[in-house]
Amino acid sequence: MNPFTLLARLVDEAPRRALVLLAVLVAVLLVAPVALDRYLLSVFFLIFWFATVGQAWNVMMGLCGQLSLGHALYVGLGGYVGAVLWVKFGISPAIAIVPAVLVAMAFGAAIGWLGFRFGIEGVYFALLTIAFAEVTRIGFDNWSYVGGAAGFFIPVTAGGGSAINLRGGPLLFYYVALALMVAAFVICAALRRSRLGHAWLAVREDPEAARALGINVFRAKMAAVIVSSAMTAVAGVVYAFYQSNLFPSQSFDIARSIEMILAPIIGGLGTLFGPILGAFILTPLGQTLIALVEKIAGRAIPGVNLVFYGAALMVMIWFAPNGIWPWLKKKLGIPEERS
Amino acid sequence: MTTLLDVRGATKRFRGLTAVDNVSLSVSEGEIFAVIGPNGAGKTTLFNLIAGVMKPDAGSITFDGAPSAGVPPHELCRRGLARTFQIVRPFPELTVMENATIGAMMRAADMDAARAHAGEVLRRLDLWDRRDARAKSLTLPDRKRLECARALATEPRLLLLDEVMAGLRPTEVDRIVAILKDINREGVTILLIEHVMRATMALAGRIHVLHHGATIAEGTPDEVTRHPKVLESYLGAEAL
Repeated sequence: MNPFTLLARLVDEAPRRALVLLAVLVAVLLVAPVALDRYLLSVFFLIFWFATVGQAWNVMMGLCGQLSLGHALYVGLGGYVGAVLWVKFGISPAIAIVPAVLVAMAFGAAIGWLGFRFGIEGVYFALLTIAFAEVTRIGFDNWSYVGGAAGFFIPVTAGGGSAINLRGGPLLFYYVALALMVAAFVICAALRRSRLGHAWLAVREDPEAARALGINVFRAKMAAVIVSSAMTAVAGVVYAFYQSNLFPSQSFDIARSIEMILAPIIGGLGTLFGPILGAFILTPLGQTLIALVEKIAGRAIPGVNLVFYGAALMVMIWFAPNGIWPWLKKKLGIPEERS
Repeated sequence: MTTLLDVRGATKRFRGLTAVDNVSLSVSEGEIFAVIGPNGAGKTTLFNLIAGVMKPDAGSITFDGAPSAGVPPHELCRRGLARTFQIVRPFPELTVMENATIGAMMRAADMDAARAHAGEVLRRLDLWDRRDARAKSLTLPDRKRLECARALATEPRLLLLDEVMAGLRPTEVDRIVAILKDINREGVTILLIEHVMRATMALAGRIHVLHHGATIAEGTPDEVTRHPKVLESYLGAEAL
């Protein structure tokens, strides 16, 4: 099936009201930069970026039921591969995305194989994902070729832009991240309807019953972690070039892993709109809070947005335990997504 | 008639307890075969051996001419052996249609074909009207039929049913008996493990009786119900 017929069919079977909502949203976002300053462009970049990685993480947790608390690993790996290939070898990130994705997939496959082959499940699997991210962080801390703990920097080229090499201002990154978010949504929508997507859902709901229906549970889980790590690595490359610097202590930090999974959890696990909605709610609130605290306290207090996220998480789980999107969908009268 | 499932001297021990003790049975293509026995007779263990969940300590199991002991369940399903669970295990957050589609997709060329086939199976099991309901919202009789629908959607040659009638009211039992007879007429061999005698008598051509893990009788429903050892184990020795 070519991408266009696939897209046509996705559009054909989605609820009308959700589609109208989506079309309006994308149209508004395409023209929005005319009214946005640099600061707001960067806030929107973060929204789109968190929606993208949330969508990627949601493939593993929301669709296949496998909890990863180490997704920063794939962001960091993607970022380092992209940055190193560009700075040291002059390879454009447009090409470096391929090795970046492959490296992340290899790590994902290794974690998945260890976990799923030996029946490590639930929180124990989550611990394994944390352990991998931490070990990789320590490795990069001590790897002088990529700057070690002192970090790795992508030089900012004076005077300008080269979109294909991801060198440019907030406007470029706004559109790149918007494209990532849309692509991640379309990919996940297609996966959700596919044979593989249904196998994931079956594994999430009841692995024993899935097995009895001819589903190779191990293979399905492996596919989930590989797809998820690949999508996350793409976002990782973009993030590295947006930041222009990489530090192991940030790139592979568990705080980032946690921050990445809040949007899909608050938006609605296993839903397509949840990660997007969650990012649109959390990121602006977090950024506002950072700015506000800076004004009141006279200086930035690191981690204040995480404290806020924690509080927001508690409040939202209290009111909408399945996430905001399922709740909102009911309010808007949008029927259940058909398989 | 060709033999579809052949169990030879199957034995399974759990520490000191021999749950299944040297059981042999053979199910022919096209028949409805029942395994009955009082609680703790080893029915479910035998079922798990056949379904690939456990491996026998001794003996052999052959499905469709190939050894099947220790073959993982998803592989057995591919070969044409489908099962239900005694305590039903629908995918609770998914719709009835999605549940059946997941069963159907193994043999379907694409997801459209899988959905079409799932629709057919749901109609046969009187679940079509509930297709958009989440499985967790179904009543027990509906869930039991969904369990059957999902297994049937995999287009099995042998359908293993683990106490699908348990907990159902007599009218519900009659309904499911009629459906199973219908399915069997179309060529699906059925092996049921049952507690509900009414259903077993109405359905099975041959019955195999287990007690304390061992075979005590096998034959037609009439033969089995007259068998002194069966009467003894079911009704107690004093009743004779």
